[in-house]
Amino acid sequence: MDTKSEQQTDAQGTASAREQAQTPIPKGEDRETLLKYYHQMVLIRRFEEKTVEMYQKARIGGYCHLNLGEEATVVGFCAALEPEDYVYTNYREHGYAIGRGISPEAVMAELFGKETGCSHGRGGSMHLFDINRHFMGGYAIVGGQIPLATGAAFAVAYRGSPEVVVCQMGEGTTNGGPFYESVNLAKIYHLPIIYFVVNNLYGMGLRVEQGSAVSEIYRKACAFDMASWRVDGTDVLAVRDAIQRAAALAREQHEPSLVEAISFRFRGHSVVDPDRYRNPEEVKAGRAAHEPIAAFAARLKAAGISDDVGLQQIGEQVEQEVEQAVQFAEQSPDPALETLLDHIYASADVSSGGN
Amino acid sequence: MAQMTYRQALHDTLREELLRNENVFLLGEEIGNFEGSYKITAGLLKEFGPRRVVDTPICENGFVGMATGAAMLGLHPIVEIMTINFIIPAMDEIVNHAAKIYYMFGGQCPIPMVIRTPGGGGQQLAATHSQNLEVWFAHVPGLKVVAPSTPADARGMLRTAVSDPNPVIFLENLALYNVKGEVPDGDYTVPFGQAKVTKEGKDLTVISYSRMAAVALDVAQRMEQENQLSIEVVDLCSLRPLDKTTILNSVKKTNRAIVFEEDWRTYGIGAEIAATVQEEAFDDLDAPVKRVASIEVPLPYSKSLERAALTGAKHLEDAIHSLAPRRRR
Repeated sequence: MDTKSEQQTDAQGTASAREQAQTPIPKGEDRETLLKYYHQMVLIRRFEEKTVEMYQKARIGGYCHLNLGEEATVVGFCAALEPEDYVYTNYREHGYAIGRGISPEAVMAELFGKETGCSHGRGGSMHLFDINRHFMGGYAIVGGQIPLATGAAFAVAYRGSPEVVVCQMGEGTTNGGPFYESVNLAKIYHLPIIYFVVNNLYGMGLRVEQGSAVSEIYRKACAFDMASWRVDGTDVLAVRDAIQRAAALAREQHEPSLVEAISFRFRGHSVVDPDRYRNPEEVKAGRAAHEPIAAFAARLKAAGISDDVGLQQIGEQVEQEVEQAVQFAEQSPDPALETLLDHIYASADVSSGGN
Repeated sequence: MAQMTYRQALHDTLREELLRNENVFLLGEEIGNFEGSYKITAGLLKEFGPRRVVDTPICENGFVGMATGAAMLGLHPIVEIMTINFIIPAMDEIVNHAAKIYYMFGGQCPIPMVIRTPGGGGQQLAATHSQNLEVWFAHVPGLKVVAPSTPADARGMLRTAVSDPNPVIFLENLALYNVKGEVPDGDYTVPFGQAKVTKEGKDLTVISYSRMAAVALDVAQRMEQENQLSIEVVDLCSLRPLDKTTILNSVKKTNRAIVFEEDWRTYGIGAEIAATVQEEAFDDLDAPVKRVASIEVPLPYSKSLERAALTGAKHLEDAIHSLAPRRRR
């Protein structure tokens, strides 16, 4: 198979959650793992809903972007990766941080601006980071993370180590220079990186067709003779499998690739966006068609993996986890004022981050 | 100790750093096959191979960001930007990312990286190829900015830059590459944040950096020989961190100061130093601090116009004469 020029689509962006709900779970899937995916998806949903509440109570400041509706995309993505793999994301990254193993406590504390936050209160919602989990940052300059992730992949290739780097971005980011420059670099240097484009159809308020001459983003990879896949972002297993395919290409053949996940943003661009540019009918229909959690629940039940009681229990457990995260964040101290100037410069005895 | 050009000092130091540290690699446009637009990297691709000496396509934001990402994982990239004018497309990765990542993520991930680039005019390269943009970087917390004026400092500061765990903008100057000087060998380093008094004097202080520091030293030495005036010359060497102590000590001694810079005057290095001196040594000043800088114009191509726009030795001499104490005028 000539993977270099392969561009495939498994989804047309209109694949409905109803269709997904009727698709049986493939044989050979591990029960505990499937329930873990469900747990993670519900956790991200409740965490983000709680985030809205805390934002409205002014516990959280600044800009705040949510993964509501993108839970299957996030969890499928994280499920495909090894713990050592490096993840770079944009500013819509609370779910990715949790999915990579940063505790909901440390994420919520960061949103609250507390010292116990995963960026010690210096970054906030858009700049989550955890070096120990190789979660290499949320980045809020659109496209800024793409050259950085490409450089991380350069370092992996330079050392000949087995990790893969994954760079998440929104579809609007693929219209800017950093995307084209980086993908070209990754291809000429044969870097082990996956460019993961979450296409939620809107860049803030701009429809993908208005902003992008080629609105099927995965097709842009052909300009670089690079493999790419489009998947249904509301299907956690489809996303996982696509990322695993791309990761194998990176690990075994040292080639970059692109995965596009079709997703749907349940709310406006950020917490404070009233979403007036979208037709309410469109949003209502989109929510119904792209509701990833209900679809996955139906599949789990149909396969006899769980039932209403079992799923309900997961929901209750998640409720506690989210409450604990809020309590932890509220009880944590603000950063001490005398630390204002700490970490502007590293001192010579600081060891390097990725080592 | 050996006589060599500024170019040779940079070349030899890069070679030593490649030999010394496996994490060090070079990247930039035309540094390999072409051996460098200004031949700083001549022969290094042949010696170290394409893994350590990486030719990049023409995409400054892409490859500066790539270097920053590689630094996040503990490599120590040394980037060459062909001239400082071409750094502008990379401002996002430098200012929004390289300078911020260590702080913004709570001190988890340092960025050990050097960006070498020559600035300066006077080569008839016209407006987009003749700029001095160092002040843009010196303004930004999280970056270090150094500007050596001699072959010895080029060697000593490049070595310091490669041992620093922070992003360093290493400013060179096209007109310095062929300048010769004595260069110490062995473990010679020049620390950041320490200005040098390159000539002692008592009538007034000229504060400068990069190529203009070399011009200032020439002017001061000539005036001393001609028994006109005793000029003290302070070569800043580092723009960020800035060595205020050496500047202030000199001004307290001579009571008069000129800042001599090749960049534009408004909001320039001179503005910063004049403000610092008036804030911290006002009572020691016998006259306002003077700034000698280039004319504020996009640098023209025509040789005669270019000459008229750029500052130089004559402008400095005129300023010295107008500022010197009356008894010595």
